[in-house]
Amino acid sequence: MQTVQRAPMPLRILRSRAGGVLPILAILAVLLVLVAVRQPDFLAPPSLLSFLGRSAPIILLAAGQYFVIVSGEFDLSVGSLVTAQVVVAARLIDSDPSRTWPVVAVLLVGGAFVGLVNGLVTTRLRVPSFITTLGMFLILVGAVYLWSDGAPKGGLSEEFRRFGRRAFEDVPVLGRVPYALVVLLVVAALAVLLMRSDFGRTLVAVGDNPRTAELSGVPVWRTRTIAFVLSGLAAAVAAILLGGYSGVSFQAGAGLEFGAITAVVLGGVALGGGRGSVVGAMLGALTLELLFTLMNFYGVSGALRSTVQGAIILIAVAVSGLRFSSR
Amino acid sequence: MSDPRPAPLLVLRGIGKSFLGVRVLDGVDLDVAPGEVHAVVGENGAGKSTLMKIVSGGYAPDEGSIELAGEPRAFRGPRDAQRAGVGIIHQEFNLLPERTVAENVYLGHEPVRRGLVDRREMLRRTDDLLASIGETALPADARVGRLGVAQQQVVEIAKALALDARLLIMDEPTASLADHEVELLYGLMRRLQERGIGLLYVSHRLAEVFDLSGRITVLKDGRRVTTVDTADTTADELVRHMVGRELSSYYPDRAGPDDRGPVRLTVRGGGNKKLRGVDLELRAGEVLGVGGLQGAGRSALARAIFGAAPFTTGELTIDGTPIRPRSPRAAMRAGVAYVTEDRKGEGIVARQSVLDNALLASRAVFAARSGRAARTVRVRELLAAVEVRAVDDDQEIRFLSGGNQQKVVLARWLALNPRILLFDEPTRGIDVGAKSAIHDLVRRLAREGAAVLMISSDLPELLGMSDRIVVLRDGRVAGELPAGATEEDVVALAVGTVREAAQ
Repeated sequence: MQTVQRAPMPLRILRSRAGGVLPILAILAVLLVLVAVRQPDFLAPPSLLSFLGRSAPIILLAAGQYFVIVSGEFDLSVGSLVTAQVVVAARLIDSDPSRTWPVVAVLLVGGAFVGLVNGLVTTRLRVPSFITTLGMFLILVGAVYLWSDGAPKGGLSEEFRRFGRRAFEDVPVLGRVPYALVVLLVVAALAVLLMRSDFGRTLVAVGDNPRTAELSGVPVWRTRTIAFVLSGLAAAVAAILLGGYSGVSFQAGAGLEFGAITAVVLGGVALGGGRGSVVGAMLGALTLELLFTLMNFYGVSGALRSTVQGAIILIAVAVSGLRFSSR
Repeated sequence: MSDPRPAPLLVLRGIGKSFLGVRVLDGVDLDVAPGEVHAVVGENGAGKSTLMKIVSGGYAPDEGSIELAGEPRAFRGPRDAQRAGVGIIHQEFNLLPERTVAENVYLGHEPVRRGLVDRREMLRRTDDLLASIGETALPADARVGRLGVAQQQVVEIAKALALDARLLIMDEPTASLADHEVELLYGLMRRLQERGIGLLYVSHRLAEVFDLSGRITVLKDGRRVTTVDTADTTADELVRHMVGRELSSYYPDRAGPDDRGPVRLTVRGGGNKKLRGVDLELRAGEVLGVGGLQGAGRSALARAIFGAAPFTTGELTIDGTPIRPRSPRAAMRAGVAYVTEDRKGEGIVARQSVLDNALLASRAVFAARSGRAARTVRVRELLAAVEVRAVDDDQEIRFLSGGNQQKVVLARWLALNPRILLFDEPTRGIDVGAKSAIHDLVRRLAREGAAVLMISSDLPELLGMSDRIVVLRDGRVAGELPAGATEEDVVALAVGTVREAAQ
């Protein structure tokens, strides 16, 4: 018999890192140092917590996008889904506080439904998810314009907006804790638990090798469809927070899908699926937001945002490609 | 046949090739004269395809020389070989279905007039070319997708001739043809011979080889066993050349008469795209070997039982109950497990941990009844029992050796307590130590009451492990052999030299 196999040293280092959160934590730490140098106040609890609250929507979207990407697919529809949700919420609530909770329910169901359609079209009709969700993106943009005759109508109730803009005041030590941050923490905890469950492990396996998964009894199409539903739900929650924070406009969700994908890739999740953690994806989103804040502090034009995002996505994918192929 | 042969068209001397340290070809000599049909036969894995790829420029040989029409050649790729006059007709055609015959024939070297494709000239030349090989019934402007398989093959051949092929390689050209189409192909091949084209003919089917070829070269384990004049040999002699290794390794004891339990699985008239009228019975406690050549339907049989590519006709029973598994999930619920032949492509999830791989099927199909922790403990025990060697069970499975990966896959299935186990080439690409461990395990599972079906191309393994052997040919059961059968028996049934069908 052979002796116990040990991977050679470089491989083992790679193994401990590949798809892990160490690289993104390192990047995050560097950015924090740079922020501290320029703007020490930023790291004080009140401003830090409010930063986290502001970042909650993109972090939630990154978590939703993670489920889809790790299963080997894409969801480009989340940005326009957020916009649609915000506009729909404003019109349905029409500034009537009593409609707040029913509309929240409608948004969650609507988000799940859009995800379900994305998932079924991708898995059952075998349309590549890139195309499916691009189509959904356009459908939602058009539908929202049509439905609102070109200008958002109605208005959000104060009740509704508090999720995105209010906070628990006078919390000991921390001071002001935004509701959005609490929502984020709860959803993040659920996401982590989900990824540790049988479903989560199976989801990653599907992204890694759908043939193997199928032959091991995994209902591949159902698993992937659920991932799309989760992404739609995440978009609904993000829409509720964003609507509250920045109000109603056709730009509410513009570009968020690319932000989320960039964040997920930055967080060490392999495009094509099968590798990476949801914590990494969320840290990726946080890092991205911090980077934009930092650019702000250093007086870099906001116009560079999408350029920076594009560069990050290219570099991150290239780096992960090199890391995984150099074995 | 016995007239002095003209100067050879193709001369191979001492061709050797290794992949990842495994010697696939070793010192192979071969020559083909103009107008000769030279057949190359051998078992699965004998090196036929590799040799053909070397001749047609797909691979560069590690050793040896290729001479074409007296000139030494080192092809830099398939196009280079084509330019030198070597054409290859693969089993799978390389045609554009939406284009016409002429467009396919002249693809990439269309006749040009004033910078534009001269369609009329192209059609005319194609007509001439087809007429020259006696294929006048095939219109040059027909869309290839509308043609039958036999006619598409003619287009492939015309394509090679348009590039002035002097040597044509045909890899199992009759595999997808109906009987009357085979006759037409024979005629075409004779006309090609008359034009002085040398033909290298690879086939499993000995009957055809005898009909067509002038000489036969037998390959075994990457070496040339012999080259004989077809007129001077018999099918039996060829089969003896193709097999005949000594049994070098030990196999666990077979099932005794008392070990065989009740019938677990029956297939009656099972058929689908790849199988026809398969009858089969599998008992608890036995290892049923399934032999046959590549493409004979062995994997298709396992996949049909497992619901991955279900039977469309016939019936299947498990423990006497009729069942129609439409998916692997359904088959797994009925107690069936399938260890696939393609471990990398569909056996493992390469970037997940050993533990995640071993838990995959349990997680997918059965909710943890006794708790997740208990299930994990059990799977860890199984991993230890099959002696997986890994740093720890958190290690990604892709870093394990093939044998250890296979053991993890076995643990995945054992966790489900399957009553019927389908093994497809369970020891392919696995080192010797792990191989015998897997043999022992397979036998132990049978002894503990599982019904085992084992597909193997490794004849010593098939003979050494099986209590009975069913041999498939062309999607049908060609016959059944008892324990103690010889390699010759299996190969004879697989290539169809005998017709002692036991249907």
